[in-house]
Amino acid sequence: MNDMTPPEAATKAPETDLFSKFDALIETRRSLLATGVTDPFSLVMEKVLSPTTAICNGRETILLGTYNYMGMTFDPDVITAGKQALDDFGAGTTGSRVLNGTYAGHRAVEEALKEFYAMDHAMVFSTGYQANLGIISTIAGKGDYIVLDIDSHASIWDGCKMGDAEVVPFKHNDIEAMEKRLRRIPEGAGKLVVLEGVYSMLGDIAPLKEMIRIAKSYGAMVLVDEAHSMGFIGPNGRGVAEDQGVLEDVDFVIGTFSKSVGTVGGFCVSNHPKFEIMRLVCRPYVFTASLPPSVVATAATSIRKLMHAGNKRAHLWENSRTLHGALTQLGFKLGTAEPQSAIIAVIMPDLERGAMMWEALLREGLYVNLARPPATPAGMTLLRCSLCAEHTAEQVSVIAGMFERAGKAVGII
Amino acid sequence: MDRAATAARIAEVIEPFNKNGIAIDETTSFAGDLEWDSLTVMDFVAAIEDEFDIIISMNQQAEIETYGQLIDAVTTLQG
Repeated sequence: MNDMTPPEAATKAPETDLFSKFDALIETRRSLLATGVTDPFSLVMEKVLSPTTAICNGRETILLGTYNYMGMTFDPDVITAGKQALDDFGAGTTGSRVLNGTYAGHRAVEEALKEFYAMDHAMVFSTGYQANLGIISTIAGKGDYIVLDIDSHASIWDGCKMGDAEVVPFKHNDIEAMEKRLRRIPEGAGKLVVLEGVYSMLGDIAPLKEMIRIAKSYGAMVLVDEAHSMGFIGPNGRGVAEDQGVLEDVDFVIGTFSKSVGTVGGFCVSNHPKFEIMRLVCRPYVFTASLPPSVVATAATSIRKLMHAGNKRAHLWENSRTLHGALTQLGFKLGTAEPQSAIIAVIMPDLERGAMMWEALLREGLYVNLARPPATPAGMTLLRCSLCAEHTAEQVSVIAGMFERAGKAVGII
Repeated sequence: MDRAATAARIAEVIEPFNKNGIAIDETTSFAGDLEWDSLTVMDFVAAIEDEFDIIISMNQQAEIETYGQLIDAVTTLQG
């Protein structure tokens, strides 16, 4: 065990207290680990060698669960920009964006985003979670209605709850269910429809074209989270809404720097003429420290490079198609019948075998995400794979071999 | 629609969801007595919403714990 392990039963917990509500989860976790399986939720990357490889448990491991879609984390220009900003502006801003926390770099990354999306306004948050939390909770308040997909990300749900609007979910990607709910909203109430371009659990995309058309016909504003599409879906990498030709009908695009951009941070871009007022009224923007100068410098450089990354995008799609085809052929059950994004979700029969498979893959030298309820829909256990434009064709072929051996060893295929 | 008529229609809607055939009265609780998981709750709420052409928002659902409370809420929501 590692040094962090607390001494055995140093303090005995009382029979019931505020932690009692976690007892079922503690027991699930205890019984899973009692089978001897490695804890899938406490892996440490000892050294990161590249966007696609790291040392885990002392061995070189291929990374297939990082959302580092475009492999920008080690881009030389990105690294140089970050180091320069660290030298010129220091390690952190120690302040809110609206006080002492807006440096030239924060403005520069917002300019880069406006150019990337060809939109009038861009607002950068400290994380993608805060971008959803902030925008949704601020624009939809008491008496307003939020109509959202039931499989929405936790940050969307939390934003809904924080804003105190009436929250009305509909069945995943079900256009008719969405329309029925919009139709039933009382006359005159404010309406916000929240959708995602790519749903990260199964890697499926939304029928945004039809959904946004309907949302607009009911007078709703539309927010689309494009966290998992930036840089490689759509003619300019602006996401699924762009790909389906409806980006101009989207009122707010939410995105993140922690996937294709390769660092950390979140943003909202919009053409709404009053958008700038958000900087004063959005609490998750105001009441937190801004991103460090090195982070915004790496983000701006990365975003500008993503505008001209056609070859990398093509290779990423090739990787996604190849692995999807190989896993299908091996007999794995996947989240989508055809590859719709850079996420391939391998559906496990249950948590225990999912954890065994996850561990078998790690022993092979492959890291994927083990995803389980409540993050997953319909109580599923998933091994979620996210491909990178920097995975070589050889690596993808090696990955398929690892899945074959591990799947046979665990008895899933 | 009055409360009795509403209750009768809800009883029909709930039938296919009550897989264990539990005897339901006004005090029956969805989480405790019927032991429904969140997916079943979602499908059931959608079925009720469609039956009565109403919205039961998540905020309102949080206030509905028992079968009797559901009948009250649906009666009110029909306006």
